Amino acid sequence: MIELREVSRIFTVGGQEVRAMDKVSLTINPGEYLSIMGPSGSGKSTLLNTLGLLDTPNSGAYLLEGLDVTSLSDNQLAATRSRKIGFIFQFFHLIPRLTAQQNIELPLLLAGIPRKERLERSTRLIEAFGLGDRRHHRPDELSGGQRQRVAIARAVINEPAVLLADEPTGNLDRHAGAEIIDLMEGLNKSGLTLVVVTHDPEIGERARRRVRVVDGRIASDTLRP
Amino acid sequence: MRPLDTIGFALTSLGSNRVRTLLMLLAMSIGVAAVVLLTGIGNGARLYIVDQFSSLGTNLVIVIPGRTDTAANTPATLIGATPRDLTLNDAKVLERGDAVKRLAPLNIGELNAIRRGKERRVPVLGSTAALLEVHHLRLERGTFLPEEDMEIARPVCVLGAKVYRELFGQENALGEMVRLGGFRCRVIGILGSEGRSLGLDTEELVIVPVAFAQMLLNTTGLFRILVEAKDLGGLERLKKHIATTIAKRHYGEEDITIITQDSVLATFDKIFKVLTLTVAGIAGISLVVAGILIMNVMLMAVAQRTAEIGLCKALGASQLQIMLLLVTEALLLSAIGGLLGLLLGFIGSKVIVQFYPTLQTTPPLWAIAAAMGTALCTGFVFSLLPARRAARLDPIQALARH
Repeated sequence: MIELREVSRIFTVGGQEVRAMDKVSLTINPGEYLSIMGPSGSGKSTLLNTLGLLDTPNSGAYLLEGLDVTSLSDNQLAATRSRKIGFIFQFFHLIPRLTAQQNIELPLLLAGIPRKERLERSTRLIEAFGLGDRRHHRPDELSGGQRQRVAIARAVINEPAVLLADEPTGNLDRHAGAEIIDLMEGLNKSGLTLVVVTHDPEIGERARRRVRVVDGRIASDTLRP
Repeated sequence: MRPLDTIGFALTSLGSNRVRTLLMLLAMSIGVAAVVLLTGIGNGARLYIVDQFSSLGTNLVIVIPGRTDTAANTPATLIGATPRDLTLNDAKVLERGDAVKRLAPLNIGELNAIRRGKERRVPVLGSTAALLEVHHLRLERGTFLPEEDMEIARPVCVLGAKVYRELFGQENALGEMVRLGGFRCRVIGILGSEGRSLGLDTEELVIVPVAFAQMLLNTTGLFRILVEAKDLGGLERLKKHIATTIAKRHYGEEDITIITQDSVLATFDKIFKVLTLTVAGIAGISLVVAGILIMNVMLMAVAQRTAEIGLCKALGASQLQIMLLLVTEALLLSAIGGLLGLLLGFIGSKVIVQFYPTLQTTPPLWAIAAAMGTALCTGFVFSLLPARRAARLDPIQALARH
């Protein structure tokens, strides 16, 4: 379970305080499918970064599976990210010199998992994601949809508690985007918590729970019946 | 992250930018090659000198008039001052000692050698028959100085190869007369062309009996006495024998300096070691320059790979891991560059040996170790700053830059 309690994040830009998050409280239950929408600059990315332990709030508490993570050291944060969080980015962020399979294995490599186990786990995902014939290709030899599939495989290979997606279809055509959404929803159906940040209403509407962020605050939090 | 994985990952990132990697390898390898080559040449020069000395036999003792305690171990003693002369009688008494195998008194001076209107200024060396063995001279033709009492001033001479050529050309010289500083003397032998031996060009030498030389040069003192010990173990006994004998004859005064080959050798050895070290130090500077280059290029690499570093942090890499990755990259570069440099240095020294066979340019082991050590150390030290910068990158900003 993920729980934010009155979390604030204040940036100082040119001597002026910007409240990217203003006493945000949010609880996400395991297995939920949640979309975060809002205009640019509303603070939805900061919310996602905070959930993903990339950003540390100025005040408030963040309980990740019962543990308050706001007081963790950099090393502990890195270790928690490695075990609990899966990231998907708009621009995929694959390492160009590595093959698809090597990119997928990267979190395991960083976590110190032996080569044999890495190979087993990545091969299983490659087959499941329909990338079997692309595993030895480098990112520039893959289509956008394939790249994002590699990125999703990378995000879930360490079996995280939550999958955080930042505009996952923002750089894809409609068809590929729909495929990616289907893939992520499939993962959600098998029990993975899914949080999608988007400003595409069509994608946002698909989530069962929709959170709208305006000016650093949660403006609405609706559950589809 | 496992060590092998770290190395593997660093290798892929080195492989992804070939030009950058090659440039750094080049800088590193040239630095290491310079150290290896220069120390090799220095060491070769040292070995050459040592070899020259030991060809004279290390059981040789040189007795010089005058006491030069403060400079007893330097070549400066070779031109010491003379408070009391060493005489032929001193030499004769010394020769009786049972530790003495051979003894050759020496006188040296410059005179004009004249033959049929051809005149030439030559260094004249007065000595005895023993000199042939003591100085390892080779006789080309005729005989060396006669084996007889060293006080007999027989007017004969042995010519160096060059002196012979200049005075006689192709003609026979044996039995002919040559005028040396106003005295006529008969040529009895001609030396082989050995070239230099210990600062004396034997090709340009005229050797005469020591008593005759004293007459020619109008002196009673000896320049020095060369004494050869029976065996290496008897060297100390011989030195003691010389010191006490001369002291007895010089009214209790120890007014001579005794130099062994070993001490001269040790001095040259020391000089060349310091020289080699200096040259190695200068070459070492190029290694540090290579290190700074590595730092520059690593900083550029960090800037180029901001997104990748941010990604690794988002995927769970700690600051320490990021640092480790970059330092590993630099160390790999240094190690590979260093090995290439060693190879280059060894090839270089082999080439030098091809052209100058007398110069055995084998780099000493310590130089190889020092060059590699410096390469790795500079790689490490100069990668710390870029690595720290990378580790502290804010992953959000790093990922936002695309």
